[in-house]
Amino acid sequence: MSLREGEVRIPSGCAISGIMNRKGYLFSGHDIIQSIALMHDRSNGLGGGFAAYGIYPDYADHYAIHMFYEDSFCREETELFINDHFNVEVGGRIPTRKVSSITEAPIIWRYFVQPKAEKVMEMDLEEDEYVARLVMQINAKFPGSFVVSSGKNMGAFKGVGYPEDIGEFYKLDSYKGYLWTAHGRFPTNTPGWWGGAHPFTLLDWSIVHNGEISSYDANRRYIEMFGYKCTLQTDTEVITYLFDLLLRKQGLPLKAVVTAMAAPLWSNIERLAPEERELVKAIRTVYSPLLVNGPFSIILGSRKGFVALNDRIKLRALVAAEKDDFIYVASEESAIREICSNPDRLWSVAGGEPVIGLLEGVEEL
Amino acid sequence: MKVNYLMPEFLIDRDEQRCTHCRICVHQCANEAHLWNDKKKIVYGEDQNCVNCHRCVATCPTRALRIRNYPLEYKNNAHWTPHYIKSIFKQANSGGILLAGMGCDRPYPVYWDHLLINASQVTNPSIDPLREPMELKTFLGRKPEKLSFQNGKLAEALPPQVELDIPIMFAAMSFGAISLNAMTSLAMAAKEMGTCYNTGEGGLHSSLYQYGENTIVQVASGRFGIDPEYLNAGTAIEIKIGQGAKPGIGGHLPGEKVGMDVSQTRMIPEGSDAISPAPHHDIYSIEDLRQLIYSLKEATNYTKPVAVKIAAVHNSAAIASGIARAGADIIVLDGLRGGTGAAPLRTRDSVGIPIELALAAVDQRLRNESIRNEVSLVVAGSIRCSSDVVKAIALGADACYIGTAALIALGCHMCQKCYTGKCNWGIATQNPKLTKRLDPEEGAERAANLLRAWSREIKEMLGGMGINALESLRGNRLMLRGIDLSERDLAILGVKAAGE
Ligand code: SF4
Ligand code: SF4
Repeated sequence: MSLREGEVRIPSGCAISGIMNRKGYLFSGHDIIQSIALMHDRSNGLGGGFAAYGIYPDYADHYAIHMFYEDSFCREETELFINDHFNVEVGGRIPTRKVSSITEAPIIWRYFVQPKAEKVMEMDLEEDEYVARLVMQINAKFPGSFVVSSGKNMGAFKGVGYPEDIGEFYKLDSYKGYLWTAHGRFPTNTPGWWGGAHPFTLLDWSIVHNGEISSYDANRRYIEMFGYKCTLQTDTEVITYLFDLLLRKQGLPLKAVVTAMAAPLWSNIERLAPEERELVKAIRTVYSPLLVNGPFSIILGSRKGFVALNDRIKLRALVAAEKDDFIYVASEESAIREICSNPDRLWSVAGGEPVIGLLEGVEEL
Repeated sequence: MKVNYLMPEFLIDRDEQRCTHCRICVHQCANEAHLWNDKKKIVYGEDQNCVNCHRCVATCPTRALRIRNYPLEYKNNAHWTPHYIKSIFKQANSGGILLAGMGCDRPYPVYWDHLLINASQVTNPSIDPLREPMELKTFLGRKPEKLSFQNGKLAEALPPQVELDIPIMFAAMSFGAISLNAMTSLAMAAKEMGTCYNTGEGGLHSSLYQYGENTIVQVASGRFGIDPEYLNAGTAIEIKIGQGAKPGIGGHLPGEKVGMDVSQTRMIPEGSDAISPAPHHDIYSIEDLRQLIYSLKEATNYTKPVAVKIAAVHNSAAIASGIARAGADIIVLDGLRGGTGAAPLRTRDSVGIPIELALAAVDQRLRNESIRNEVSLVVAGSIRCSSDVVKAIALGADACYIGTAALIALGCHMCQKCYTGKCNWGIATQNPKLTKRLDPEEGAERAANLLRAWSREIKEMLGGMGINALESLRGNRLMLRGIDLSERDLAILGVKAAGE
């Protein structure tokens, strides 16, 4: 049997795409599927997935827990744990349709939940931290159960297959969201495990990523000092935790986070105005273990918007475009033109320069 | 007749065809291994005195000299090797402790040689350092767990840091143990290359104050040469608790080496023995260490990071964690193979543990306790080449010290006789006739060249791994694989086996 994520480190190449409406206008998953489908050749049918924000307006204040279970026994075990720690408003199968190329799907379930207030108090945690810890606990302690996503008014839909088939499988054309990201995967061997597909998520964060980072173990060993457990051994997992640590736990401004992860070269830092130089130097000095090195392009989604980022010497492609209230990012220009043939502005994103798309009225991610 | 049981270690082989009896070797050899027979007007050798430092070989104008191991075979015995037999002869003769210079030379495993470095292929591009920037900049000092911002500015200034352009510094070697010319060479090279040298425990000679920004001043148990001016002269202060070559042992600079310059720099009377006690007599526990750390910080107004140097011993991980909690900003680990001017041979060769294992254990422990960012980790003792540096950084070091390698760059030929004060290369001596053989300008050039060469090689290897900033290698143990190591070794080093 081949090893799955967490048991072995699997390098992957990939395609990514993202679309957002800044005014929060909801649109179906049709466009994002079409965009990622155009980059069919950048994946190899061994993983595809989507993150969608704004899709559960009726349960906007509930954490939407998407789950994979290997069998119903796993589900029963895990549900006991979930019921113990959360008040479950509704739970049930996520609707799917038959797609000939998609086989061996796990049991796919979702729950809309609220943390049990007394437990949150007892553990003396913020609600988000409480949920994050339980998610990590389920992934670590319940073999055969995997939390696919756990944010509010958002969800991740992923699996083994080409992304367009995965979109079809999950009926994503029937959901409406204001922010969609997508991923097509080209892993170098065949894990065939649904949990290993992207996006990787934690709370509201979702990451789709293209590349193989060479700083993985430096990043991992640093982040694990802060209580994170990198059980999947994937770049995406560690990058998600880096963002979670800096943005959520430490409350750093997005600009500082980007500076830490895709730090400017020292020769460029030297040329900055003195005040700016001190600041950037301090960030690079303190957060040097969080520099993400090697080729990557990522889209980090959140309830408030997204940031797309390239490694600092641009070893991976990333293109962005704007049209009215829409903002697009993708691995290839064609994937944007496919759904927006005539953008107002289209540009190739420079290394280390973030593309930030925020909902109107929001200042930080 | 009293027979000397000890045969010479080396044989001086003089090619009589070539030798012109010019007497250069006689003048060059402070050990008096070459002598002049005035009656016969010839030069002859005294094998017994030869230490095999190669000075004569290098300076002989006709290439008439070869030095060989003395061709004396003992009956084969895997247990009673010539080393032990000769040691007993010496001690039966003298009743004294055996002395040695430089570091442990026993054939223990060298873990550097059991670690292999990764490179990128296909899934991740390697980076060409000739075309792309490759960054080696390193900061030593305490890093806060997080930065706080206020109106887009830093809410609090960073703790003081030592900024290095390359992750290699010159290790502590005191004025007294080495010559002023050797020290000046290292100071100038450090300045040239944007790194630091370390004063060792012998104070700071007045001529070296100009290299302050590139100086780490040491405070050791003898407290030689320490006053406020000294403490404030460097960019960081290092408290020396122990040394890899002689863990648990103090130091002794014999009075003959304490000439006027050394006496002034150390602030002790001329001709007096300079004795560093084994412990600091104001540090008998970790709380005491904390007090010294903070006294030094007070004395320098919290503008300098304070390092604490310990020898790598069995319990290093726990000790290091205590040192971090005692307020040190930098921990220096000095391994079993670290060099010295003089050490008891048995201590040098059998006390302490290899730096590779100590480094791996300490880095992991500090991470388990979530305090790795609170201290920088510098390793010393055994670094021979740029790939040793790369491996050390990947295991988790922030930077390395080189001592022996630096002296070799200055001309040391590893005869291990530094404790005799007769270093023919002008390094481990205070004899003006010998020290003038080392020209500081030339020495600085050679030492800087070594750092330059290693930096280039490090950049090549980094680029090969698809990394363009050293920090992404730091603690990145996935970039290493072990070869020919036991499961236990692999576990301690925290690396996978080659092929995994
Ligand atoms: S230096 Fe060479 S040539 Fe001169 S005396 Fe010595 S061995 Fe002979
Ligand atoms: S410093 Fe001088 S005495 Fe010491 S080993 Fe090197 S050459 Fe020999």
